[in-house]
Amino acid sequence: MSAVMRNASDARLAKFARRKMVNKIALVLSLGAMAFGLFWLAWILFETIRLGIGGLSIATLTQMTPAPNDAGGIANAIYGSFLMVLLATFVGTPIGIMAGIYLAEYNTKGWLASVTRFVNDILLSAPSIVIGLFVYTVVVSQFKSYSGWAGVLALALIVIPVVIRTTENMLQLVPPGLREAAYALGAPKWKVITSITLRAARAGVTTGVLLAVARIAGETAPLLFTALNNQFWTSDLSQPMASLPVTIFKFALSPYENWQQLAWAGVFLITLAVLGLNILARVLTRAKN
Amino acid sequence: MTTPPPVKPARRSPFADRLFGWAAQGAALLTLGLLIGILVSLVIGAWPAISKYGLGFLTSTTWDPVKNEYGGLVMIYGTLATSIIALVIAVPVSFGIALFLTELSPAWLKRPLGTAIELLAAVPSIVYGMWGLLVFGPILATYVQQPLQSLFKGVPYLGALVSGPPVGIGILSAGIILAIMIIPFIASVMRDVFEVTPVLLKESAYGLGSTTWEVVSKVVLPYTKAGVIGGIMLGLGRALGETMAVTFVIGNFNQLDSLSLFQAANSITSALANEFAEAGEGLHQAALIYLGLVLFFITFVVLSLSKLLLAQLRKSEGAKT
Repeated sequence: MSAVMRNASDARLAKFARRKMVNKIALVLSLGAMAFGLFWLAWILFETIRLGIGGLSIATLTQMTPAPNDAGGIANAIYGSFLMVLLATFVGTPIGIMAGIYLAEYNTKGWLASVTRFVNDILLSAPSIVIGLFVYTVVVSQFKSYSGWAGVLALALIVIPVVIRTTENMLQLVPPGLREAAYALGAPKWKVITSITLRAARAGVTTGVLLAVARIAGETAPLLFTALNNQFWTSDLSQPMASLPVTIFKFALSPYENWQQLAWAGVFLITLAVLGLNILARVLTRAKN
Repeated sequence: MTTPPPVKPARRSPFADRLFGWAAQGAALLTLGLLIGILVSLVIGAWPAISKYGLGFLTSTTWDPVKNEYGGLVMIYGTLATSIIALVIAVPVSFGIALFLTELSPAWLKRPLGTAIELLAAVPSIVYGMWGLLVFGPILATYVQQPLQSLFKGVPYLGALVSGPPVGIGILSAGIILAIMIIPFIASVMRDVFEVTPVLLKESAYGLGSTTWEVVSKVVLPYTKAGVIGGIMLGLGRALGETMAVTFVIGNFNQLDSLSLFQAANSITSALANEFAEAGEGLHQAALIYLGLVLFFITFVVLSLSKLLLAQLRKSEGAKT
């Protein structure tokens, strides 16, 4: 073997070694990135549980929000959140499902459908505080008062795009054969949709609703200047209403020890609820698949 | 003689059908109306400020509720600076995560790891905010800012970059927390677009002796370029509009004098969250709504770009398969 050839093959081997090296570095970095992501999740969950359990007691769940340095709980905030999320889901879900049906069953390719899809994707990621501003200008400033209803409306507007998206996607997964079979039996379109396609996509649509509930349960920004806050228990939706996220916001930024502790308890409850709903939604879709 | 079949009542379906169709169409139109409603209501709400300041609002740094003088540059700068820091951190990490999930991870780990990353997106932003203010901020100040301050003491520029009281709030904290929050969005779009790369292309490259990294950087990435940028834009849109996490850690202090990454600042969303409920009707409120309008406009443009880029990838994918 001549020296020239040996040099050439050495050079090739060196190049190969370098390529393998680059590859190894890239893969190690990618592993590092994965660990980086998981690290934050673990840290946040750990602190939430550690500090949240500390603030949790029977009083937290049964008493009203206290004055600074007073004993109390966050029962009114939990109730307010529950009520507003429930009503917002009831208002937003039917609209979202109907619009999803329109996109998947009525007008899949037309300009109205394309524009709606586009706008919906924008609304899905639009800043939620802007929704709050919108509801403030059309409701709160017209009626001259902050109210639970305004909060419900703001949350419902966030539910709609989430439900539209999942409903449309899930309806599209329903095999066309099912629809055609139903039509062939003489069923009218609305009946085909409500008792065949929607029923076939039930698990997926439910997932969308659960995800929407999880999303609004943790939303603070749209409630700040719609439902505002309330120190007392109220079921009157025409009054300002406390909610868990807004109460956490107020308490966490305060210098009072007992308020901060309650805020941690609230954070724990909200994280538990939101992650629980998310996992439930995932289990539902997996069971279906 | 056989009995004739019973006369069926006339089917009422056409009417019910039309009604249902109208309801569906109405719901879709409502979504469009919502977007237009948001724009119109914000413009009307902001009108006193728009007519008084015009576009000069965007370049003025005065924000003085006492003298009733308003300009939005401080907040706009805060919003852009925190989002850019977030992107600088989140893009490489998300790329690494997507690479790991598509090329490296054993099949049985893909699903749990993917879910774990997506759960990062599910954690409510108020949780990030409180954690950032009370847990992460102090640690950042003690273990990052103070060592850097003593390291860069007296060095021009670098010294100014890390100056400020070590309390752990400011642009950098906000940027880091935003990065954690947008990683799941970018990573899951990247993972999804990486997975649409035709297996044939990848296997051809492997067959020619490419390493995993070469396949990803020279085959997968060029093929999915539009989708990757779309995912980054989606993350940017999220970062720009994020409210609570930023409000907690940015410090809510109107200033542009300090270069420091650790100096308290303000962003559009945090100004809205802090001041809006207390602002009296009039110019102060109008100026805040104007800021909201600016924010909505920026995110609208960014998210539209994201959507168009992702649609472009989908189209080329359709053409090639």
